[in-house]
Amino acid sequence: MDPKLIFKDILEKGKVPFVNMEEPYDDEFSINVNLGNFKAACLELHKVLKSPVMMLFATDVRAKRGVFTLSCVFSSVKYRKWITVTTDIDGEDPRFESLSKEMYSASLFEREIKEMFGIEPAGSPDSRRLKLHDEVWPEGLYPLRKDFPAVASLWRDPAMSCKDVCVGGVTMSAAASGEYKFKRIEGEGVFEIPVGPVHAGIIGPGHFRFSVAGEPIINMEARLGFTHRGVEKILEGRTVSDAVKITECVSGDASFGHSLAFCQAVEKICGINVPEEASVVRAMMLELERLYNHAADIGGMAVDVGFSFPSAYASIIKESILALNKELTGSRYLKNVNRIGGVNKNLTIEDITCLRGSLKGILKDFGELKDMLYNSVSFMDRVDTAGILKKKTAEDLGVIGLAARASGIPMDIRKDFPGGTYKKVRFDVIKESGGDCLARLNVRTAEFAGSAGMILQFADILKCGGQKLFADHPAVRPGSGLGYVESWRGAVLYWVKLDEKGTIERCKIVDPSFHNWEALSFAVLGNIVPDFPLCNKSFDLSYSGNDL
Amino acid sequence: MFEIIKNRLFKGVVTGSLRGMGPSRPEDLEALGQELKTAIHKRFGRSFHIREVDTGSCGGCESEIIATTNPIYDVQRFGVDFVASPRHADALLVTGPVSKNMALALKKTYDAMPGPKYVITLGDCAPDGGLFKGSYYVEGGVKNILPVSAHIPGCPPDPMTIIRYLLILLKV
Ligand code: SF4
Repeated sequence: MDPKLIFKDILEKGKVPFVNMEEPYDDEFSINVNLGNFKAACLELHKVLKSPVMMLFATDVRAKRGVFTLSCVFSSVKYRKWITVTTDIDGEDPRFESLSKEMYSASLFEREIKEMFGIEPAGSPDSRRLKLHDEVWPEGLYPLRKDFPAVASLWRDPAMSCKDVCVGGVTMSAAASGEYKFKRIEGEGVFEIPVGPVHAGIIGPGHFRFSVAGEPIINMEARLGFTHRGVEKILEGRTVSDAVKITECVSGDASFGHSLAFCQAVEKICGINVPEEASVVRAMMLELERLYNHAADIGGMAVDVGFSFPSAYASIIKESILALNKELTGSRYLKNVNRIGGVNKNLTIEDITCLRGSLKGILKDFGELKDMLYNSVSFMDRVDTAGILKKKTAEDLGVIGLAARASGIPMDIRKDFPGGTYKKVRFDVIKESGGDCLARLNVRTAEFAGSAGMILQFADILKCGGQKLFADHPAVRPGSGLGYVESWRGAVLYWVKLDEKGTIERCKIVDPSFHNWEALSFAVLGNIVPDFPLCNKSFDLSYSGNDL
Repeated sequence: MFEIIKNRLFKGVVTGSLRGMGPSRPEDLEALGQELKTAIHKRFGRSFHIREVDTGSCGGCESEIIATTNPIYDVQRFGVDFVASPRHADALLVTGPVSKNMALALKKTYDAMPGPKYVITLGDCAPDGGLFKGSYYVEGGVKNILPVSAHIPGCPPDPMTIIRYLLILLKV
């Protein structure tokens, strides 16, 4: 059935008028509405497609048309499409009606739009800033607006009303003196425990504030943004090939997933066909990335309950996979493999032999690791029923990826939007219903085996030599498109807009961590504080991917 | 328990077994490690304690720092250890381009350390912001905030590189 008729029907049933509709690519559909109907259109699609808000972002096109645009992206497995609702917002008095009361998964995105663009989500229940901390960044400076200079030295200019002062060698903005308001729980015997941003382990920075009554946690709020580096602004004005390098550094443990999503978006816009061999290499690398991260996390969960022998075992497995990555691609974290139009690295017959050999050893070690963990009663006792994320909560929050699969939501881009490569191999989407740490552990162990199996199947498909690895002379052309990849945590999404010069006008990045951090706050409720590290590790979300 | 004993016996000692782990040779690691141990003995008594601070890294650098402590490299046996509190540390190992949000925390962590203290930067982001140089939200490098005595380059530097550079740092 013609997608236009389908979506027309959906909107008509919801009595929502629209301006126009188009199908820019096979897997995308876009609906343009007036600002007044934006909320109704989004809510209707949310209801009918049963999709959380996958992305909600603004772009500044005031220079050309005097407006901001606002886009909300949903995904529909049924129609195999990503649906974008867009609208224009007045450039002079930018505001739109907040969606987050009716559709909670929009809430973080709205906060982000407000701090980055100064567009007001009217009626929003929470408008605290996420990434630009009140203590260091003045109100009223919106970095993603086009008239905000890209180069830092310019905004230090006193004329921009933001004079810096130096406090003990630390540059602070004179105008910024705010304080973040945490939600407070008060009452007799309720204690607050602040933790971070600098933690005891070697991990990223974030602040967690627990309210406890006795032992159990009755509220936990995460304040993130500590690794905000301004990635989206840095990307603007870059050529697409320069940008690949930056996308590899958005989240270091998902560098391949991120660069792949970016490359796919650009390839879609420019109509570049990636050679078959290259897409298989890509899929293989994506699975290798999943392998080493799953191994690391399983070890991490063991460490967080003080079970050190298996965790050391897991770190041997991780190291073996990183060494294999290095052997195959020259980079332990699979950097410099992706390029626009394909890959830089050819896999030879020897590489495949090495891969098969290593993988055999890795799988053997992994089997033993699994036995050790699942046969330990005290370990199972710790992970079982700890940190439960209920399916309903996960749906309302818009949780995606691995965490969603562990809570009974079988979403996986590899199956839902398979592209060419994943259609060629057999694998199952792993689903668990418990939603606890054990369920997330089970998903990881099952996916580890699944990914290893897939890598071997990909190895059979590879021709190893004499094949084109990337499309010739990709001509960059203006346009916009969405790249999506099921990275090991979940869907990594890149919405890219290229201008006439072929450079990036806007690049919106959504790491699965951005969707999932809030889930942790709900999962830990009722658990004791010493179980927090375990719960945290069972999600293992990225700080830098969230903060950008 | 049985599984653990079985694996402990069958797996044997993996430390230094770099074969099949990329281009580095096990002899190199051992030689390097012994040198590092001697240097630490000379300058710090017996051990060199490091506190790590992430000021906005992508996580790649952290992953490699952790890798130096895995059973293959096991840098602890040479006297290097990563500690949970700045009060126990001889050196601060800083990664990332220093996000504005982390500048104060970085300074406070440094202030909490007892003297004499060193600051080592790790990863290409740390000296000047690297790929994120010029961004509105990075402070443009650790050296603008703290006195830096050494730098370990790479994006991210692999465990062998980290060990090699630690040795260089301790020797000078
Ligand atoms: S140097 Fe590279 S790996 Fe290290 S934090 Fe920076 S981008 Fe990440």
